[in-house]
Amino acid sequence: MSLLNLSVSELGRGLRAREFSSVELAEEALERVDSLDGKLGAFLRTTPELALEQARAADRRLAAEADPPALCGIPIGHKDVLCTKGVETTSGSRILEGFRPPYDATVVARLAQDGAVVVGKMNCDEFAMGSSNENSAFQPTVNPWDAERVPGGSSGGSAAAVAARLAVATLGTDTGGSVRLPASFCGVVGVKPSYGRVSRYGVIAFASSLDQVGPLAKTVEDAQLVLSSIAGPDRRDSTTSAAPVGDLARALQEGVRGLRLGIPREYLAAGLEDGVRGVFESACRWLEAEGAELVEVSLPSTQYALAAYYVIAPAEVSSNLARMDGIRFGPGEPQAPSLLEAYELARNRGFGPEVRRRVALGTFVLSSGYYDAYYLRAQKVRTLVAQDFSRVFEKVDALISPTAPTPAFRLGERTQDPLAMYATDALTLPANLAGISGLSVPAGFTSGLPVGVQVLGPYLGEAMCLRVGAAVERAADVWRQVPAGFDG
Amino acid sequence: MAELEAVIGLEVHAQLLTRSKMFCGCRAEYLGLPPNSNTCPTCLGLPGALPVINRRAVEMTIRTALALGCRIPEFSKFDRKNYFYPDLPKGYQISQYDLPLSLGGHLEFEVGGERRSCGVTRVHLEEDAGTLHHAGEIHTAKFSLVDLNRAGVPLMEIVGEPDLRSPREAPHYLRALRQLLLHLGVNDGNMEQGSLRCDANISLRPRGQREFGVKVEVKNMNSFRSLQAALEFEFRRQTAVIESGDRVHQETRGWSEAEQGTFSQRSKEEAQDYRYFPEPDLPPLRVSRELVEELRAGLPEPPLRLKDRLRDQHGLSEEQAALLTERLQDAEYFQAMVASGAPPRAAANWQIGPLQALCKESALAIEHSPVPAAELAALVRMVEAGEVSGTSGREVLAEAFALGRSPVELIRERGLIQVSDAEQMEAWVELAIQQLPKAASDFQSGNDRALGPLVGAVRKASGGVANPDLASRLLRERLGRGGE
Repeated sequence: MSLLNLSVSELGRGLRAREFSSVELAEEALERVDSLDGKLGAFLRTTPELALEQARAADRRLAAEADPPALCGIPIGHKDVLCTKGVETTSGSRILEGFRPPYDATVVARLAQDGAVVVGKMNCDEFAMGSSNENSAFQPTVNPWDAERVPGGSSGGSAAAVAARLAVATLGTDTGGSVRLPASFCGVVGVKPSYGRVSRYGVIAFASSLDQVGPLAKTVEDAQLVLSSIAGPDRRDSTTSAAPVGDLARALQEGVRGLRLGIPREYLAAGLEDGVRGVFESACRWLEAEGAELVEVSLPSTQYALAAYYVIAPAEVSSNLARMDGIRFGPGEPQAPSLLEAYELARNRGFGPEVRRRVALGTFVLSSGYYDAYYLRAQKVRTLVAQDFSRVFEKVDALISPTAPTPAFRLGERTQDPLAMYATDALTLPANLAGISGLSVPAGFTSGLPVGVQVLGPYLGEAMCLRVGAAVERAADVWRQVPAGFDG
Repeated sequence: MAELEAVIGLEVHAQLLTRSKMFCGCRAEYLGLPPNSNTCPTCLGLPGALPVINRRAVEMTIRTALALGCRIPEFSKFDRKNYFYPDLPKGYQISQYDLPLSLGGHLEFEVGGERRSCGVTRVHLEEDAGTLHHAGEIHTAKFSLVDLNRAGVPLMEIVGEPDLRSPREAPHYLRALRQLLLHLGVNDGNMEQGSLRCDANISLRPRGQREFGVKVEVKNMNSFRSLQAALEFEFRRQTAVIESGDRVHQETRGWSEAEQGTFSQRSKEEAQDYRYFPEPDLPPLRVSRELVEELRAGLPEPPLRLKDRLRDQHGLSEEQAALLTERLQDAEYFQAMVASGAPPRAAANWQIGPLQALCKESALAIEHSPVPAAELAALVRMVEAGEVSGTSGREVLAEAFALGRSPVELIRERGLIQVSDAEQMEAWVELAIQQLPKAASDFQSGNDRALGPLVGAVRKASGGVANPDLASRLLRERLGRGGE
C-alpha cells in the first residue's frame, strides 16, 4: 500500500520514527505521478528537483528539531494559479506559457517555511474559470472515480491528485466553489476560507473580491493543518483580516453536541439529484444522532446570487486580465501592424473561449451606460446575499447542504451550455459573495461517485466548519476508500 | 456678436516627494536609473502581485487638500481606471473616481497685484505610468521600449474649477499652486522633468452668457510660458471657428512647442470608456478625524498671507516679499536673519542679492547654504553699522560661502574692520593724490569720473579697510570740491 494513503499525522509519526524519510516519500509521490497521472491529467508539471531539495531539507529538520511543523516533509501540490518562484506558472492558459514568476505567493512561502515538499503544479480551468476542468488550455483532468467524468473545477487537478493519492494535500482557489465543488466530485475535503483569512499575494487573480486559497486533503484534520499554515494576516495583501487565526486543531475534537445547524430551504430545491439527496439526508441523521439540532432556514436572496456572481466576477476578470496583453506575457504579436491589432491578436490566440466570453461580459457590464444596471445592481444583490447569511447566523451555528446538486457529470456534458455549467456552482457561490467560511466533506457515494456535504460557517468561522465537517467525516467513514486503479 | 470670454480650468498632476512608490516599496525617485531597475512584482504589474497603500502619500494629499481648504470625507476609496497602453503594466491605473480623498476647496492667487480665487473641485491620489522610448518618431518608429521605473510613483491630481477667465490668469494660478506645493514640501515643482504637469480645459462663450461653450482639453504644456501660449492659441483658434459660424468640436488637443500651436489628438467620439470600478485589492480608506486635525495643525502659513505679513511687518517692498516667499525655506532663512538682529530691509537685500546669486552658482538651495542665517545676519549688522564696507562684506561673504567659514571670523582675521579715523584717512588720501596726480587734477577741473580711481587708490593704500564713503568726502574736500 502506498504511503500516500496515510493522513498527514500518520505520515508525521512515520517520518519522526524514521520508518521512512521525506525523500522516500517525495520519490514515491513523484513515481506515482509518473506512472498514474497519464490517465488522470492532474499535474501540469512536476518539480522533482525542487521536491527532492525540499525533502532533503525536511529530513534534516526532522532529525534536528524536537518539534518540527506537522507538514514538514509532506508532499503537496499547488494549483497553477499560485506563483512559484522560478517554476513555470500558467494558470492553465496559453498566454502565460513560459511565465516563471520571480517570487513565491505568500501561501507557497508559508508552506515551504513549514517544510512541505512541492511535487508539482496542478491543472485547472484557465484562470480558474470553470466548473469541470475542461477549460484548461493544456489538458482535461478526469475524475479518478470514473475516467469518463469531470473532476469538477476549477481546482480539478488539485482534487483529483489528492483522491488518486498522487499528493498528500494540495492548494486550490475558490472563487465560486472552485475548491468545494471538485472536492465533492472527487471525494476529498476542500476548505474555502472566509475572504481575507488567507493571503492572495501571488495568487493570479480571477475575481479579486471573491478569490480565496484553500486546501484540498483526504481528511478534515489534514485540511486544517494546511489551513493553519497558510492562514493569517499578510502585510502584502491589504484585504487580509488582522484577526488572529487561533487554534483550529481543537475544533476537530469538539463534536456537534448542542450545535444548531441550519438547512437552507433554497439549497434543496429542484435540480437536486436523488442520490445526492439521499447521502445528504444520511449526513443529517448522523449529525442529529451526535446531538446537533437541525433547523430549516431560508436564504431568500439565493435565487439572485448566480446572476449577481456572473456580473461581478466577469467585471473583475475583464480588468484583472488586462495585463495579459501579449507584450510581456505570451507569444506576443511583434508583426502586428498596429498596437491595437497586437493586443487583439495576442489575446484572441492566448485566451480560450470561456475566458474570452467572461472578458467580453465583464467589459460590457462596466461600460458607461450599463454600469448602474448591471455592476451596481449586482453589488446590491451581493449585499442582500451577505445580509441573508448574517441573519441566519444569528440563529444557527452553521449551515449544511449538499455541495453540488449532482455528482460528477460526464466530460463534454455541459461544455456546449455555459448556463448549465454556471448552475453547477449555485450552492457554493453565495458563500463567496458573502465572504463567509465553508468546506466540503465527503459523506458517501451515489452510483459509485462521491458526494460531498457543504458546511458553511460565519465570517472567520473556519473552526466551526471544521468542527461540523469532522463530525460528518467520522460518521461517514469513507476517507480511506481509494478509487480503483489508484489503490496500488 | 458679443465679445468672447474664455472659461478655463486646470488639471494639475504633482508627483509626491515620498520615499517609496504609491503601492510598493520601490523608490519614488526614478530619474537617472538604468531602465526597469527600480521595479518589483507590484509596480511591474506581474500576475498575482498586490498593491499596498503608501500612508505618507495619503497624508501629503490630505495636507495639500487642507491647505486648499478642501473637505476630507471620512471614507474614501481607490478605483481602477481601465485602458490598454504599453506604459501601463496592469492595463489599469489605480486612481480615485467617486470618493476622492478631498472635495471642494479654492486657491488664492494674484494677477498683477490683484487678488483672485479659483475653486478646486478635488484633490485625489493615483499612480503614475511608466515611460516609453520610441525608436524615432512615435508613429513611424520600428519599435518602442518600455521603462517602468516611474510606474507606480504617487501622483496627486488637483482638479481646478473652470473659474479662470483669460489665458493670462492660468500661469498665475499654476504658479500659486506650485508655490503652495513647495511650501508644503510635497512636490519639487519641476515642470520640465514632468514632476509637475498641467492640462487645461478651455471653452469660449459670449461675455454675459451663463452656459459654458464646448470645451477642448489641451495637453503637453511643460512650462508656465507654454501654458499661456497654448491657451492664447486656443483662444484665437476657437474665436476664429466661432466667428466663421462653425462650432467648436469637443476634443483633446496637444500643444506643440516647435509649432507653437495645438493639434487634435482625440475627438469626443474616440474618447475612452475607462470602465471605472472600485479597486477590489484595496479596502476602503477610513480617514480618522484625529489624523485630519493633526495634519491641519502642522500646516505652514499660507504663502500669500506669509508674503503680506513679511511685507507689512518688516517694511519690505511687494517684490522683495514675493521673492522671499517663493519657497518656505527662503522665508524661514529671512526670518532667521531678522531674529538674529539684522535690519529687515538690509537682510532682504543681502538674501535676494549676493546670497541667492552664490546659491544659484553652486546649485544649492538656500537652506543648504554654507553660511547660515545667523552668520549672514552678523555680517549685515556690521555693514549697516559702518564697521565693514559693503564691498568688503560681499567679498567676505563669497569667500565664507566657498570655504564654509564664518564671515565675521574672516573679517577679524583679515583686519577688515573699516577704518574711519580722520588722521589715518587723511594720510591715505595724500598718498592717493601723489600716486594719481592726473586723476586729481582732472577731478579738480570738474571730471567726476576721476573720483573713482582715487577712492580705489585710498582703499588700496589702506589694504582695503578704509571707509570708502569717508574717503570720497575727504578727497572732495582736499581737492576743493567739498561744497558740492
